[in-house]
Amino acid sequence: MKITEQEVRRVAELANLALTEDEIVRMTHDMDGILEHMEKLKELDTSNVQPMSQVLYDSAETATLRADVERKPLGNADALANAPVSGQGYFKVPRVIEK
Amino acid sequence: MKQTVDSIRTDLLAKKTTAEEIAREALKFAEAENPKTNAYLTFSPERALAAAKAVDQKIAAGEDPGPLAGVPIGVKDVILTRGLRTTCGSRMLETYIPPYDATAVIRIEQAGGVIIGKTNCDEFAMGSSNENSAFGPVRNPVALDRVPGGSSGGSAAVVAQGTAVLSLGSDTGGSIRQPASFCGVTGVTPTYGRVSRYGLTAFASSLDHIGPFSRTVRDSARLLQVMAGRDEMDSTSAFAPVPDYVTALDGNIKGMKIGIPKEFFEGLASDTGDVIQAAIQTLQKLGCEIREIHLPHTAYAVGCYYIICTAEASSNLARYDGVRYTRRSADAGTLQDMYRKTRDEGFGAECKRRIMLGTYVLSSGYYDAYYLKAQKVRALVAQDYAQAFEQVDAIVGPVSPHPAFKLGEKVDDPTAMYLSDIYTVTGDLAGVPCMSVPAGKTPDGLPVGLQIIANHFNETAMFRVADAFEKASIS
Repeated sequence: MKITEQEVRRVAELANLALTEDEIVRMTHDMDGILEHMEKLKELDTSNVQPMSQVLYDSAETATLRADVERKPLGNADALANAPVSGQGYFKVPRVIEK
Repeated sequence: MKQTVDSIRTDLLAKKTTAEEIAREALKFAEAENPKTNAYLTFSPERALAAAKAVDQKIAAGEDPGPLAGVPIGVKDVILTRGLRTTCGSRMLETYIPPYDATAVIRIEQAGGVIIGKTNCDEFAMGSSNENSAFGPVRNPVALDRVPGGSSGGSAAVVAQGTAVLSLGSDTGGSIRQPASFCGVTGVTPTYGRVSRYGLTAFASSLDHIGPFSRTVRDSARLLQVMAGRDEMDSTSAFAPVPDYVTALDGNIKGMKIGIPKEFFEGLASDTGDVIQAAIQTLQKLGCEIREIHLPHTAYAVGCYYIICTAEASSNLARYDGVRYTRRSADAGTLQDMYRKTRDEGFGAECKRRIMLGTYVLSSGYYDAYYLKAQKVRALVAQDYAQAFEQVDAIVGPVSPHPAFKLGEKVDDPTAMYLSDIYTVTGDLAGVPCMSVPAGKTPDGLPVGLQIIANHFNETAMFRVADAFEKASIS
């Protein structure tokens, strides 16, 4: 076994997913199979390989900076339009700090 | 609809029809045919007719109506369209109305293209069968009991079904090429950075691409032409100049060196393999020099890909937390509770699986063993291609180990589903342009696509091989 139910519960907490008991069992089984396949990478010696985090091309570094001119932002109403709960121009969430 | 970009343009300029008439007919036909496949999730008649009328006005005024004038186009529902619902195939975004357009969408409409609807897909583009859509699977128009492939299943299906002339898909590990192969249409994954990702809902940002579907190679070239090029809204979009793809399609590929990667024929179903071998013979007859080559790290690519894509997905999907994007659990007490319940209710099984895997491989104690290791293996996969392109102009092989399978046949085995991405993920990891062009059918009548891969920014070589092959297959 690559992963246990206990580890799956811990990862679900990190990922902010409230998995049901059934989902935990299924997830453990599925993740185990996939992680087992991922083990194959250990066969390769990569001690002298530089990690590749992005497909990079030659271009001057500053070329990705835009001109420093003012640009109209999305605007408050548009930004809030898809909020499940909003008010006074803000996103509203359940109370975080008790009085 | 059996039109092409060029036939529509000719008809419009000859005043045989109007863009409005084409749009009305396209919408009527697509809405009538859609129940067979479930390929469209949303139709956009108002937007389509407004775009069509603008084309007609330009023609009436004697102006150039643009390279995609009047062409009915479907857009994958992970690509944002201002004011037009964009669900990403997820319950999480069932009512989401984007406040802006993707750059690709803006460029298509500026070129006279007519967006008629949004196409079904696997949830957040995660899947190889389109069975992970919260709004039901898409059926393959060629064989209705089979999957259209995924994740851009709807986009492949609308072009195969004739309910659009062109469509847009997205490809992270094969999500354009594999459904194109399954549905018997052309699908293109351009070089990473060739088309702006601005407005493409992020799944795995270092691997995500937008690309075209069409019934002819020429039409895909026309659509890519319009979308390609630097966009300051996407810092990873490339500055490299965009050549004229279509004028290069002269049908002559004599003397081109074509590499056949031995590793792409391991684990290949014989019915698919036969079609691919015949395609290679066709290329030989066209005067190509066929060479066996090696992409030695192919066997490691699926493991590498699923570490990187899930890691990036777990980060990208963190934003769906019940605060900004339409859905919030009705059953939430504390803030933490709200995050967790919203995400549990909003995401489907495959999204949760990938978020979990990605969180795991990035978590403390596992980062070096999984994520860092995968980034190093990715460099080796990219190096395989760099070395291959020192010897050959293009690489060809299969897209998928097998043709379209039956709905429900593989849903219970995610590992097996992932492993079938073997021939497509390497191209995404390396960032090279690749496409699927129809190569023929299996004895069961199922389409098989030929994959054509070229070096970074050499879409022209890829299109030339595809176009010559297409012309040879028709004649």
